[in-house]
Amino acid sequence: MSGALLELDRATIQFGGLTAVSELTLNVRADELVGLIGPNGAGKTTAFNLITGVYQPTGGSIRFNSHPTAGLKPHDLTRLGIARTFQNIRLFASMSVFDNVRTAVQLHRPHGIVNALWRGRRFREGERAVETQVMELLDVFNLSRFREDDAKCLPYGDQRRLEIARALATQPKLLLLDEPAAGMNPTEKLELMKTIRLVKDKFRIAVLLVEHDMQVVMGICQRIAVLDYGIKIAEGTPEEIRRNPKVIEAYLGEPKAA
Amino acid sequence: MPAGAKRYLLAAIFAAVLTSVFSAHFNRYYLGISIDIAINIILAVSLNLINGHTGQFSLGHAGFMAVGAYTAASLTWLMSAASQSPFLSALLFAISLLAGGALAAGAGLAVGVPSLRLRGDYLAIVTLGFGEIIRVFLQTTDTLSRKAGGDGIIARMFENMGGASGMKGIATLTNLGWSWALAAITVFVVAALVNSTYGRGFIAVHDDEVAAGAMGINPTRYKVTAFVIGAFFAGVAGGLYAHHKQFLSPSGFDFMRSIDIVVMVILGGMGRTAGVIVAAIVLTVLPELLRGFAEYRMIIYSLLIIALMMARPQGLFTFGKRTVRT
Repeated sequence: MSGALLELDRATIQFGGLTAVSELTLNVRADELVGLIGPNGAGKTTAFNLITGVYQPTGGSIRFNSHPTAGLKPHDLTRLGIARTFQNIRLFASMSVFDNVRTAVQLHRPHGIVNALWRGRRFREGERAVETQVMELLDVFNLSRFREDDAKCLPYGDQRRLEIARALATQPKLLLLDEPAAGMNPTEKLELMKTIRLVKDKFRIAVLLVEHDMQVVMGICQRIAVLDYGIKIAEGTPEEIRRNPKVIEAYLGEPKAA
Repeated sequence: MPAGAKRYLLAAIFAAVLTSVFSAHFNRYYLGISIDIAINIILAVSLNLINGHTGQFSLGHAGFMAVGAYTAASLTWLMSAASQSPFLSALLFAISLLAGGALAAGAGLAVGVPSLRLRGDYLAIVTLGFGEIIRVFLQTTDTLSRKAGGDGIIARMFENMGGASGMKGIATLTNLGWSWALAAITVFVVAALVNSTYGRGFIAVHDDEVAAGAMGINPTRYKVTAFVIGAFFAGVAGGLYAHHKQFLSPSGFDFMRSIDIVVMVILGGMGRTAGVIVAAIVLTVLPELLRGFAEYRMIIYSLLIIALMMARPQGLFTFGKRTVRT
């Protein structure tokens, strides 16, 4: 399919004899919010790791923005425009909130190692521009009041939002969110849904969401793909997915023959 | 790091050179210790870039120091005929130090590229092995030159290195000015690098390599960069050391020398430049203060280090926040 930002074409990965993801075909368009759901162990996070270059597919292909991604490392893919968050929050623990975002902005900084040593005008202007970018991002996510605090000291929900802000600092075309609602209470979940909508509308990027939480997925995704045992068993709008008997079966088990 | 950091650097270099002019009036013993301190600051601060800021564990700093020391000393020996005027000899010394640093940096690159895929203990073992290779190689330089025969310049250079019995008669070129000016430059380079948006990458790799990769940071590249810069300054420190002690022996660059520098970094609080500088000073002066205890000196020194580690495992001087904003 042309026009898609992310194209998975029968992407497969095997670990020894186990096929964790089998012939997964999935497209995400440039302005779409797509959910990837499935029961525990269905291969959602593995699919995620395929897309972000942590694993290389053993079969099939993945293309991003028409580039084949085979052989690219995670940092190369980030450069191409794929940003991600992690299921278990992975902030830079020894840095402040500000520096966490600043670290991610550097992908697009105009000055490098020589400027950092020379500390000339180019460096000072570059650092000022970086600071402005960081502060704008922190403002969007209401995190500017924490700018000097250690990232690890933030409340859980704020850490999640900081992770999203940090990912956006790399100026991605596609944002991958790995179970952002994990461990959140209902209020935090509502807050998160608002944040994700805001990201999509304000930054005009595609979002692929791996999620356990039905309320969140059904609430915000335009399209949902369902994985079970590494195989895509359904794809469609939230309404279609809700009524799909295969999906119900995967989640609740086979109905007993009466 | 304040905006006018470059001005502080120039002031520090100027002060070092100026003080050096009057060094003839100073007590020679204290003068020697002062130069030792500066050399140790260079070693500790440069290792801190690798072990502290970037979170790798290198035990090869003595090896890089040895590369720099023997290279610089051999160069000044080769060019000794040309060094009649003080200006010319200073220039030759600068070139020798730079060459020593460059060769050490090259060694850092050669060791770093294959081994920085390894983490923690494994990297420590590889770098340890590297240091030993250098030391054992230096022990055999005289035999090597005899085996190779001939009286070419390389053979004579190796002969001069003296193998296990050591390299003697190195010109005294290191003084207060050189050592402290270079210490100031080292501190500036490491601090300026780390306290920049670029330099946040080192700390990101230290904190979480996977997350750093996801932010577009190439962890291997940052690790190799830290390694090469660290090795360069270790090489420069080696060159200063050679022209300060006038004598080099391979056994002076053994594993324990590397450990000494690692202890300075840990005691100073990994990744805290100011703390590491203080630790380098303390750990240089301490053995001197303990000279009164004669043969018990090193035992007491070790006990003091154990006590310090138990009292402040996070490092002696870790009160403020680790990260300084630019």
